[in-house]
Amino acid sequence: MKAPPFRYHAPRTLDEALSLLASLPGPRLLAGGQSLMPMLNFRLLAPEHVVDLNRVEGLSGIREAGGEIVFGAMTRQREIEFSPLVEARLPLLAEAIQWVGHRQTRNRGTLGGSLCHLDPSAEQPTVAMAMDATLAIVGPAGRRELPMRDFALDLMTPALDEGEILAEVRIRPWAPGHGWAFLEFARRHGDYAIVAVAVLLELDASARASRVSITLGGVAATPVRVPEAEARLLGSLIDAEAIADAAACCGAVDALGDPQVPAWYRQRLARTLAGRAIPAALARTAAHAAAGGTP
Amino acid sequence: MSSDEPVRAISVTVNGTVHRREVAERKNLADFLRQDLQLTGTHVGCEHGVCGACTVLVDGVSARGCLMLAVQADGCSVETVESLAGDAPGPSGLGPLQQAFRDRHALQCGFCTPGILMSLTELLRDDPAPDEHAVRLVLSGHLCRCTGYQNIVAAALQAASKAGGGS
Repeated sequence: MKAPPFRYHAPRTLDEALSLLASLPGPRLLAGGQSLMPMLNFRLLAPEHVVDLNRVEGLSGIREAGGEIVFGAMTRQREIEFSPLVEARLPLLAEAIQWVGHRQTRNRGTLGGSLCHLDPSAEQPTVAMAMDATLAIVGPAGRRELPMRDFALDLMTPALDEGEILAEVRIRPWAPGHGWAFLEFARRHGDYAIVAVAVLLELDASARASRVSITLGGVAATPVRVPEAEARLLGSLIDAEAIADAAACCGAVDALGDPQVPAWYRQRLARTLAGRAIPAALARTAAHAAAGGTP
Repeated sequence: MSSDEPVRAISVTVNGTVHRREVAERKNLADFLRQDLQLTGTHVGCEHGVCGACTVLVDGVSARGCLMLAVQADGCSVETVESLAGDAPGPSGLGPLQQAFRDRHALQCGFCTPGILMSLTELLRDDPAPDEHAVRLVLSGHLCRCTGYQNIVAAALQAASKAGGGS
């Protein structure tokens, strides 16, 4: 179908965008448009006003500051995909971005747009949860910061108040030599994942896990960390038994069910994918590579 | 379009020609190309970014014409399938990629073809010698219900090798 009528606004500065949000009734923010435009075309939404962030100065770009990688919220997935900085410092994000839609949608889709749309099975919110990203939000009351776990409130519900805009996403890289893996299952490449798993791993000198992050996307209403699985690996040698136990924890997470994908199937997928992602992350740790061997 | 439909003046370069138009704010880029500029080579399929038929190049990179508003293309340079053919009439005027599609029978109904041609144009500019995997990844952003894709892959690889990039 065609989008319903709305008034279109293209502010040039963040202040201008904020004052439009404050003064207009029922505004919707337009980022890369790869989710909002379909919703408009389907007439799932009929906002009176659309405020386009594409021409706002200073909302995009990738840089390193204070030991973190800082993304403007309007940074396009294409920029992330081809960023040497992301490839070198945030290999989990570099791997996950390959799963986001297709070339043709990554060219316009944005990191901030995906985090605010907050589809439970989208890759970028899963990575943000896995890496404890910090989100900088600007609004009428000034600027505030939230960790991803407090930003993802519920199904497609970010912790944004009226009149607020996500401006920046900051991610602190893990130590050099860490292991990572992002795996997902979807019926076709480029579809939303049915289940996605992100694993990060650091080993100490005795090859025991000194830092672990295990996150599931697509299973619950938001991406979720699996603390039981992380605890099982932390301080342990990552052997077959530890991997199986941690994967079983992933398969026990409360899962959403729908007519196409019942909850038990998501749980089984979570267990299977975690059982593959953990050894994949282990194999990429520098310590493991140096030992030249199998677990 | 009703008379009180909000419109906005835009200037868009399409296939090298500057077009100045007043356009409804809600109109997507694909509909603008087809309805306002009569460039009907760009097709509109699913209107939610899945099928890829409306894919055009915006400032050199592929984008879904149905997921972008025409007003967002203000000041941009857009390339459509009409830019691929030469000046000669008929089959002799086909561009190299189009000729490869003809040679390899890479289309039947042709509905999806304009979008696929534009995505492959982007690919071949970035990487004149793509391998089959790279071609298939780009094609994963398009739906074709006629060909089964094999001939499209073959045509893309033929066009790449004809351009001198092939191994």
